[in-house]
Amino acid sequence: MEGIEILGNKDTRSGFGEGLAELGAENENVVALCADLTGSLKMNAFQNAFPERFFQVGIAEANMMGMAAGMTIGGKIPFTGTFANFSTGRVYDQIRQSIAYSQKNVKICASHAGLTLGEDGATHQILEDIGMMRMLPNMTVVVPADFNQTKQATKAIASHDGAVYLRFGRPVMPIFIKPNAVFEIGKADVIQEGSDVTIIACGHMVWKSIEAAQTLAAKGVSVELLNMHTIKPIDESAILKSAGKTKCIVTAEEHMANGGLGEAVARVLATNTPCPQEFIAVNDSFGESGKPMDLMEKYGLGASHIHDAALKAIQRKA
Amino acid sequence: MNKEDLKSIASQVRRDIVRMVSEVKSGHPGGSLGCADFLTYLYFEAMTENASNFNMDARGEDVFFLSNGHISPVWYSVLARKGYFPVPELATFRKISSRLQGHPSTDKKLPGIRMASGSLGQGLSVAIGTAETKKLNQDPTTVYTLHGDGELQEGQIWEAAMYAAANKVDNLIATIDYNGRQIDGDVDDVLSLGSLKEKWQAFGWEVLEMDGHNFENIHLTMSAAKEKTGNGKPVVVIMTTEMGMGVDFMMGTHKWHGVAPNEEQLADALGQLKETLGDY
Repeated sequence: MEGIEILGNKDTRSGFGEGLAELGAENENVVALCADLTGSLKMNAFQNAFPERFFQVGIAEANMMGMAAGMTIGGKIPFTGTFANFSTGRVYDQIRQSIAYSQKNVKICASHAGLTLGEDGATHQILEDIGMMRMLPNMTVVVPADFNQTKQATKAIASHDGAVYLRFGRPVMPIFIKPNAVFEIGKADVIQEGSDVTIIACGHMVWKSIEAAQTLAAKGVSVELLNMHTIKPIDESAILKSAGKTKCIVTAEEHMANGGLGEAVARVLATNTPCPQEFIAVNDSFGESGKPMDLMEKYGLGASHIHDAALKAIQRKA
Repeated sequence: MNKEDLKSIASQVRRDIVRMVSEVKSGHPGGSLGCADFLTYLYFEAMTENASNFNMDARGEDVFFLSNGHISPVWYSVLARKGYFPVPELATFRKISSRLQGHPSTDKKLPGIRMASGSLGQGLSVAIGTAETKKLNQDPTTVYTLHGDGELQEGQIWEAAMYAAANKVDNLIATIDYNGRQIDGDVDDVLSLGSLKEKWQAFGWEVLEMDGHNFENIHLTMSAAKEKTGNGKPVVVIMTTEMGMGVDFMMGTHKWHGVAPNEEQLADALGQLKETLGDY
């Protein structure tokens, strides 16, 4: 695929860790809280460089969210770090009341999201977090695509005044966003222009979509690929512009179909210019233990599934 | 301020409380009446704050968080009487488009409120966060909280209690409204707190006990609590109160936790709270 170059392979959580450490040096108001997962979240660099601004809260996520909300009073910009499950479902009410409703400038940073957490299984593989977070008023939801973008997004959300949910993951994946790319909250990246079908993806599924687009290109199918790194507020104009061109959509996310990116896109289409849409997402099911990429295949989130969905979407155009 | 002046204010606060909840036939008079003396003392005597120029960041000001947000009537009344917002606005309590929401919130920008509360158990964590920020900002002021005793059944309280002691959050004074009653009945019957003083001590807190209806005792205890800040331990004041204090038919029972008096009962209550600074 033209213009797409693999720049390396890294996990998105490491992008968060690097971004946070750089933020620490640039902005003395940035503070970090972690619930006993400093290594997993790659927060060690920040912890070592700025120990007075790092708060180890122990295995007590509810207290962490409340503390983060309270720390904003007096001008701090708290970044909380734990797994996505413990960043959302476990503490939904704390986020709802003390952060979202109270309009606090807290950055909820969530690693090990989705199936690619792998072997730990369904207790830890949250697939509902995007839905929960995008339902909350005053909450911005960001799901960056690769290591570079996660680092850029980590830095960008510090400059955004308001609560943000930043979702990233565990596995090592190809890096394809340029290290000097500008990350703008709410503005989708056009990874590739095309004319037959639009694939709108977020997180790890952007790379899966690139793979699918390459296979489709070999068959003469022209794919337009949008990296919808911000789920809320969603980039309506990018969706409508692309749908106007290709007249059919595939959405791809490492998340439950209920409540996720696909439904956010569907609402934009339904209330403007409806067109066929296929959903690549987990279908009302918990995950299970296994190797990350094996799980992605088993639960219908592989490149081949995106490929097939694209062909189906094209067929459905009358 | 002398004791008689504080008593006068507290009496007016109690009049405000029963009138507010009676007007909309909803709200929580019992705990509100029980904490009227404490909150009057806190705002009119203990805290350094800036009522006329409310600032969310509270730099250089003491901060208060009401963790048991359902007793909002007492807080609203004290805030209004202190000058945070116009006293007549108390008449809008729980009415549509009011800044005085059923439970405290920030999104309607009512001066004096820095955090929503209502869903219980969250205020101690919030207070610890603000206390940590004050330390980072080298701001020597104090963070105060109030919690219901029933609220201590929430697990998050004990996560926060453990954190504050382990991390020497010593610019914080938490207060427990120890009235022994909650919606479903006596705390001992619903879910006993056991040895409350020993629990806080075991969690590593400095514990003081106080009679929440005796201004002399409140003054001595809260002054002692302030003295104990800055010594490496968080401070908690277990404040004995009577739910419904000041209105005889609301005392000695849990039944007025969340029930509003009707017109007849309101008249009876106001007859018992004669001292007034002028109703809204």
